[in-house]
Formats: sequence, structure tokens, C-alpha cells
Amino acid sequence: MIKLIADTLLTQVRTLWLVFIKLFKKKDTVEYPDKQPYMFPRWRGRIILSRDPDGEERCVACNLCAVACPVDCIALQKGEMEDGRWYPEFFRINFSRCIMCGFCEEACPTNAIQLTPDFEMAEYKRQDMVWEKEDLLINGTGKYHDYNFYRVAGKQIKGKDKGEALNESAPIDVRSLMP
Amino acid sequence: MTILFYIAGAIAVIASIAVILQTNIVHALLYMVVSLLSVAVVFYVLGAPFAAMLEAIVYAGAIMVLFLFVIMMLNLGQHTRDEEKSWLTPGGWILPSILSAVLLLQLVNVISELNFDILPEQVGVMQVSALLFGPYVIAVELASILLLAGLVAAYHLAKSK
Amino acid sequence: MDLSIGSPLTIGLILGVVIITAALLITVERRLLGFWQERLGPNRVGWFGSLQVVADMIKIFTKEDWIPPFADKFSFVVAPGIIMTVVLLSFAVIPFSPNLGVIDSNIGVLFVLAMASLGAYSVMLGGLSSDNKYALLGSLRAAAQMISYEVFMGISLLGVIALTGSFNLREIVESQSDGWYIVPQFIGFVIFLIAGVAESHRLPFDIPEAEQEICAGYHTEYSGMKFGMFFVAEYIGLVLISSLITVLFFGGWLGPDFLPSVAWFAIKAFGFIAFFILMRAAVPRPRYDQLMTYGWLFLLPLSLLNLLVTGAIILST
Ligand code: SF4
Ligand code: SF4
Repeated sequence: MIKLIADTLLTQVRTLWLVFIKLFKKKDTVEYPDKQPYMFPRWRGRIILSRDPDGEERCVACNLCAVACPVDCIALQKGEMEDGRWYPEFFRINFSRCIMCGFCEEACPTNAIQLTPDFEMAEYKRQDMVWEKEDLLINGTGKYHDYNFYRVAGKQIKGKDKGEALNESAPIDVRSLMP
Repeated sequence: MTILFYIAGAIAVIASIAVILQTNIVHALLYMVVSLLSVAVVFYVLGAPFAAMLEAIVYAGAIMVLFLFVIMMLNLGQHTRDEEKSWLTPGGWILPSILSAVLLLQLVNVISELNFDILPEQVGVMQVSALLFGPYVIAVELASILLLAGLVAAYHLAKSK
Repeated sequence: MDLSIGSPLTIGLILGVVIITAALLITVERRLLGFWQERLGPNRVGWFGSLQVVADMIKIFTKEDWIPPFADKFSFVVAPGIIMTVVLLSFAVIPFSPNLGVIDSNIGVLFVLAMASLGAYSVMLGGLSSDNKYALLGSLRAAAQMISYEVFMGISLLGVIALTGSFNLREIVESQSDGWYIVPQFIGFVIFLIAGVAESHRLPFDIPEAEQEICAGYHTEYSGMKFGMFFVAEYIGLVLISSLITVLFFGGWLGPDFLPSVAWFAIKAFGFIAFFILMRAAVPRPRYDQLMTYGWLFLLPLSLLNLLVTGAIILST
């Protein structure tokens, strides 16, 4: 009994002391708007649409991101250029629903959609949280500088025939008897 | 001081009447607390501050709180209020009030013949304690035995299950 | 300038200082709590957050004051007023310095106890009239807790009163001129401290309003200025308990001569306020039944024992 009381009392006093000396310790708070915190490069923040090294839109409107999105906040419409390239006619992300999970980035075959370390996107009106393609598209390659989908994919477009992609051999001529 | 006495007395009387007339039991209890507190003021003015404080601590502060506590557990609603209202018919209250009015007349008659004053000096804690543990020590002991019995009984009731 | 005991100016001064201190404490507590939790606390409004209290007050005053339609209006409105009145009235008997105070009463300690016991009504009525299950639970807890801890609070003081031979707080201070009562009455002090925290239901004994269990307990339904009154009254209660501890166990205004006596009082009282805030930062909240068991099975025998031993020592010398 005496031991219990003494122990309890001592632990309480020790707790009080340990908390008290925190008065002189360094504080963990980051005073945010004055001091910007360091954001890690792989932070999942504001979403952008990037361009390939040639300056063309990377997105091929494959809709994989829209399917992957768990909250269904991506909407897009496929369009086709004369040279056979696909592109999104419109591309809309509703950031008031987006949970910054990054699944869209994982799903994208062309590295078009990317999440960036920017998180300051609060708005007063909810409608302003819906970003259109003009808002999303940037003039750069984002995190992947050399990747160009049409260079590596076998897809045929005007000016690039089958077999002309990077690391791709020419298609087999089935009519030829040669090996 | 005399004017304080009359004001407090009037408040006590009015509040007590309100206790009877109230149909909302919580409000009735509040009036009762007010009445007890004004009685405490009466005590104080009469020169018994110790008794006044005990009135406030024990009656207003502890016993009435327990009343309120019980009322909280009972979950009384509008229907009890209606019930109370239906019970308060003239047939029910006229006779008792006439009887108590007669009693009141007698009381006033008796009091008017008595001659007493507000005490010239306050009866302090020391005097009260000296009396309690001097001439009245038997009464104090008996009261404490009674309370002890109550305590044991409460303990027994709480335990047996 | 009439600054004697009980002059209108003194009363106004004390009232103003107490209320302003309580309001300032809202900011001070938030800052100190922040420091003790390795945060910074509010430091944006004004110089190092000094104007935060103004911002808080503006917010509280301009908020919508909503009375729920299902509430018992009369009790609902009366409840916050009761606690405010009661804690402010308690300051009437506190001696701040040899010639600063509201009244010099022979029943000072009893008066404080009476006011503390009346404070229970506010909490209970507030909870009962809100007609809300959390509020009701909170006020049930509050009632049991406050009634119980009043008992220990009273008994723990009796040692000091027996040593002084008076209920007058001024005499209690004066009789400590050759040694504060903290030394002979250490157990009484500890019990009073614990009971004081429980009585003003601050953390760690804020069981009646435990946010994590029952929303905000008895003031769940309160908003605006009515909530503000509960809120400020809690801080005034904190100041009250600190002043009481200072007066009863730490020699009130007594201290070396290089500071005026009021300053000594203020320093000691503020020390205890800071200690209570530290307790809030450091000690976790016990469970409700633990609190009750602790009170009745541990504090009550201990305080009775303390009283008995004190009495025996007084009689034998
Ligand atoms: S980050 Fe997640 S939620 Fe946001 S758009 Fe991409 S897939 Fe949808
Ligand atoms: S952003 Fe990527 S995944 Fe989405 S439609 Fe365009 S190419 Fe497909």
C-alpha cells in the first residue's frame, strides 16, 4: 500500500516535471505562412498534365486515370488529331473531391498526369475547385524529362510507321519466306 | 439591518408559496433553494452567521442538490407537469389553506406578544461549538449515532445484491 | 481615493481585476499549454499573441446565442448566471493584502464553501434543462463529483482552521507570519489541491465535460455568451482556487519587504494557476468510477486522519 502510494505520487511528480521542462525545449511548430516547410519531391499535391520533350501533350485520353480514381473526380473526352494522335478534348479534375491518392499517376501509361508538391489550393467558392485542362496543363515535362510515349509505343501515327519506335524492331513481313 | 430582515423574510414566504404552486418540479426546486437561501440571510441578520452558512452549505448546497440529482434520474417530462396541474383543483387546496390561515393568525398573535430583538452581537462559531460540546454534548453524540446508523444502513443496502 | 476594505472603489477594482485576469487566462493557458506540448500556441494576434483575448471575446460576444426549442428556457438561461455570480461572490472574502479586500468576515471559509456548493446548481441545471443526453450525463457526473469533493475540501481545511482558531481568512493569513501552513498541513494542502481541481472541474478532473466521452458535457447545448459565461467562470474558479491555496497554505500576502504585499499575493496565486495549467497538460483524466473510489476510499480517510492528528497535536501542546 505504502509502496503503491509512493510510486503513484512519484510517477505523477515525474510526469509533471518532464512536461514542465518542455517549456525550454525547441518547439515543433512550423510557422507556416512565414516559414515555408520543405516539401518532399514525391509529395502528392496539386495535379498537373505534362507535355513530352517535344512540347506535345502527353495525355492520350486513354481514360485509365478516370477509371483508377477511387472518388471519380476525373472527367475527360477523347479527341483525335489528323495525324492519328489521341488527345483529351476536355480534361476536368474536381479538386473538391480529389483525395490526392496518386492512383491516377500510377495508372497513367504516358506519365501525363503527375502530382506535384504544391498544396496551397484552397478556394472560397467550391466551383473554383474544378480545374479545366487549361489550368492543369503545364509547359514542361514534370518529373520525367525524357519520356515520350509515341517514341516507345508501337502505335502508328502519321510520320511514324510501325517499327519505328525506340527499341522496336520492324514488323515481321509474313509474306516473306526469309527467317 | 431590519429592512434586510423583512426583505429576506418576504422573499422566503413568496418563494415558499411558489414552491407549492409550481407545476414544473425543477422550477419548484429552484424556488425552494431561493427560500432556503433567504432563510439563511434571515439567520445572518438575526446574528447567527454560523447557522446561516450551515443553512446555505447543508440545505441549499447539499440536500437540495441531491433532490435535483434524483429528479434528473427520474426523467420527468411534460406529462408530469400536466398531472400536477390537474391535481391542483380548488377543491383540493381551499380547505388546507383556510386551516393554515387560521394557524397563521394564531402564530401572528403569539409572536406579536413576544418581545425580541435582533441580537446585539453575532453568535460566532466559537460560542456555538462551546455550546454543542458543552451542555448539549449528549444531543450531539446521539445525532452522530443516528447518522452512523444511517451510514451503516446505506452501506448495507448498497452492498446487498 | 478610498482604498480601504469594502469601499466601492475597492470592490470595483477587485471585480475588474478578477474578471480581466480570468479573461487573460484564456490566452495564457493556451500559450502555456502550447509550450508544454511542444507547440507555440496562439501567437498571431498582437504582440506575441497578447491580443488573442480580444479576438476571443469578440468572437464570444458576437456569436449566435441559441436556445434550443426543446430546452427548459428558464433554467437554461439562469444556469450560467448562477456559476458566474457564485464564483465572483466568493472573492468577497479573499484578503488580497492587509488593507485590500471586500469584506472582513468571521465566516470567510464557510462562505467560500457555501458558494462552492451552490455552484453545483449551475452545472446541474444547465445539463438538466438542455434536454440532451450528453448534457444530462455530464451534469449527473458533475453533481456526484461536486458533492463528494466538497466534503474532502471542507475537511482538509479544518486542520488549518484548527491551527488558527478562526474561520476568518485574514486571521488565517496573519497567523502564518511565523511559518506557512504548508509545512504542518502538507496532507491537507494536497487534498485541498486535488479537491479544488475536482470542484472547479478542470482537467484532469473535467469528467463532467469530458470532450472525448460526452461532447462537452453539461454545456453541450450552450453557445454564444451563455457558453462564454460558463467558460469564463471556469477560469475565475481557477483564480479563486489558486487564491484560496495561497491564503490558506502559503501565507497569502506575507513575504519579504522589497515587494508590496499585493504583489506577493499575485505572484503566489499565479504560481498556482500555472501549476493547474501544468496539471492539465501533464496528467491524464481518470475514469469516473476511479475518481469516486479515489475520493471516498482514499481522500476521505486521509483527510479525517489529518484532522485527528492535527487536533491531537494542538491539544497536547
Ligand atoms: S489523386 Fe486520386 S483522387 Fe485525385 S484525381 Fe488522382 S486518382 Fe483521383
Ligand atoms: S492522363 Fe494518362 S491515364 Fe489519364 S487519360 Fe491521359 S494518358 Fe490516360
